[in-house]
Amino acid sequence: MLDVSILEQKAKEIRIDVIKSLKEAGSGHLGASLGLADIFTVLYFYELHHKAGVSDWHARDRLILSIGHAAPVLYVSLAHSGYFHPDELKTLRKLGSRLQGHPALCYKLPGVETTSGSLGHGLSIAVGMAISMIIDKTSHKVYCILGDGELQEGSVWEAAMSAAHYKLDNLVAIVDRNEVQIDGNTSEVMDIENLEEKWLGFGWDVLECNGNDIADIIKSFNIAREKTKPVVIIAHTKMGKGVPEIEGNYKWHGKVPNSKQAEKFIDAIINT
Amino acid sequence: MKQYETKEFKDTRSGFGAALHELGKINDNVIALCADLTGSLKMDAFAKDFPERFVQTGIAEANMMSVAAGLSITGKIPFAGTFANFATGRVYDQIRQSIAYSNKNVKICASHAGITLGEDGATHQILEDIGLMKMLPNMILINPCDYNQTYMATMAIAEYEGPVYLRFGRPKVPNFTNIDEKFEIGKAIVLKEGSDLSIFATGHLVWEAIEATKVLEEKGISVELINIHTIKPLDAQTILKSVAKTNAVVTAEEHMMNGGLGDSIAQLLVLEKPAPMEYVAINDTFGESGKPADLMKKYGLSAENIIAAAERVIKRKK
Repeated sequence: MLDVSILEQKAKEIRIDVIKSLKEAGSGHLGASLGLADIFTVLYFYELHHKAGVSDWHARDRLILSIGHAAPVLYVSLAHSGYFHPDELKTLRKLGSRLQGHPALCYKLPGVETTSGSLGHGLSIAVGMAISMIIDKTSHKVYCILGDGELQEGSVWEAAMSAAHYKLDNLVAIVDRNEVQIDGNTSEVMDIENLEEKWLGFGWDVLECNGNDIADIIKSFNIAREKTKPVVIIAHTKMGKGVPEIEGNYKWHGKVPNSKQAEKFIDAIINT
Repeated sequence: MKQYETKEFKDTRSGFGAALHELGKINDNVIALCADLTGSLKMDAFAKDFPERFVQTGIAEANMMSVAAGLSITGKIPFAGTFANFATGRVYDQIRQSIAYSNKNVKICASHAGITLGEDGATHQILEDIGLMKMLPNMILINPCDYNQTYMATMAIAEYEGPVYLRFGRPKVPNFTNIDEKFEIGKAIVLKEGSDLSIFATGHLVWEAIEATKVLEEKGISVELINIHTIKPLDAQTILKSVAKTNAVVTAEEHMMNGGLGDSIAQLLVLEKPAPMEYVAINDTFGESGKPADLMKKYGLSAENIIAAAERVIKRKK
């Protein structure tokens, strides 16, 4: 029996290292990384078939982070999985670092599967990988994490259409539905509802979960894995999750804490 | 002088299509992608014989470029084909981030480049694509001159690991290079040696430059004619060696003066060996509908324009 509390503890550790590395960097995006910490924990410590010591293992599942600004939660998850030493997290966003502000393939950080930053590319890249796996008749999967604001990019829907057309049953998309983006609430900036109907209309199966509830996330992946066509999990999250005073506040999309705030935020996470 | 004669007229896109089909036979990793222009790109033979390795993306070029990037990350060699207009400007962000910056092994195959696209007019006649693509670090840029050279270039880029922009065209043009001639990426081909003037031509303008050279030679001007099929990386050694001898340069291309082959050569010469130079290129204007040959004349890209540019630069030399 899977002990959810172990994963919940891991998610706390990931959040704490996200805060530490962003404080150290002095710039970056805190909100999405905290909001996605539970999903990343489930992916790296439950769902993905991967081997940290063999980052080019041919039979691994692939994780495409389409919202590159959530790089910190990816880097921290990779470090905690053993892809590289956690000390390297201190180099985030610094000159010469493999931990670029947005993930970049050319820096060859183990575990980074693609370059992202400019939005709306990731799902297409995941489609290409999924097609490649079908040509090679392999059974592993591609997971792609999209932001909800990112769904305003038209290219996402080009990708969605092609995934259904090619019946990519090895593709799982996860929408980080935190309902906020840089300029404010998604409903005010550019409404993306009705989201479920949109994906259904594009030929996908749709699941919904609480993206900050480890048990619920696990349940969704267990169902998604058995689907025979592309499936999207609309994961309702809170930007800044774990730190009550910033939760859901879009102003924390592209902000980082100073030393005092970081201490306070970490205390809040430990004490939840 | 080697004589180059028009034995036949063929389109460069058919050279691409024939080579792609051949690659399908010999390399299982080659995947072809197209955005609803399979016939125009001459990719239909590949699509018919290797359907499991042909990805039709529909009219969705942005998706096509990123899907190609995804395929390359998983070890495939994607050849993504569409019109040059849609293969560059429309998808610049996808190419920049997921192909060039990521240094992925994607071959961007751009047909109907330049003004010789003809009757469809300026919406489709891209004249800025060389500039756009050469600005991208890691990107190799190849603009072959005829059917045979496009065939050879297509075969060669499959062997090269990294992003490539392969530029070719729509109309039937003289096919004059030798199909057995070795194609080396980055190595210019000296078509004729001479001492008064260097002409550096690329793509469809190579044939115009051959025609111009015949006339110039009759006028007593000794021309060194060089086919620059690879615009990036530029064959600096061959260019500088030629200019050291001639000290006069004409560049010829079916592209904007801004950002094209001429600019690349001018930059090289400014740094290494300044010399009088004239451009044969399009001067900051869009094209229009018309027959390819008529457009070449109207927009100053014909043999006559090369002759006039040669005479101007010879005068400046004195």
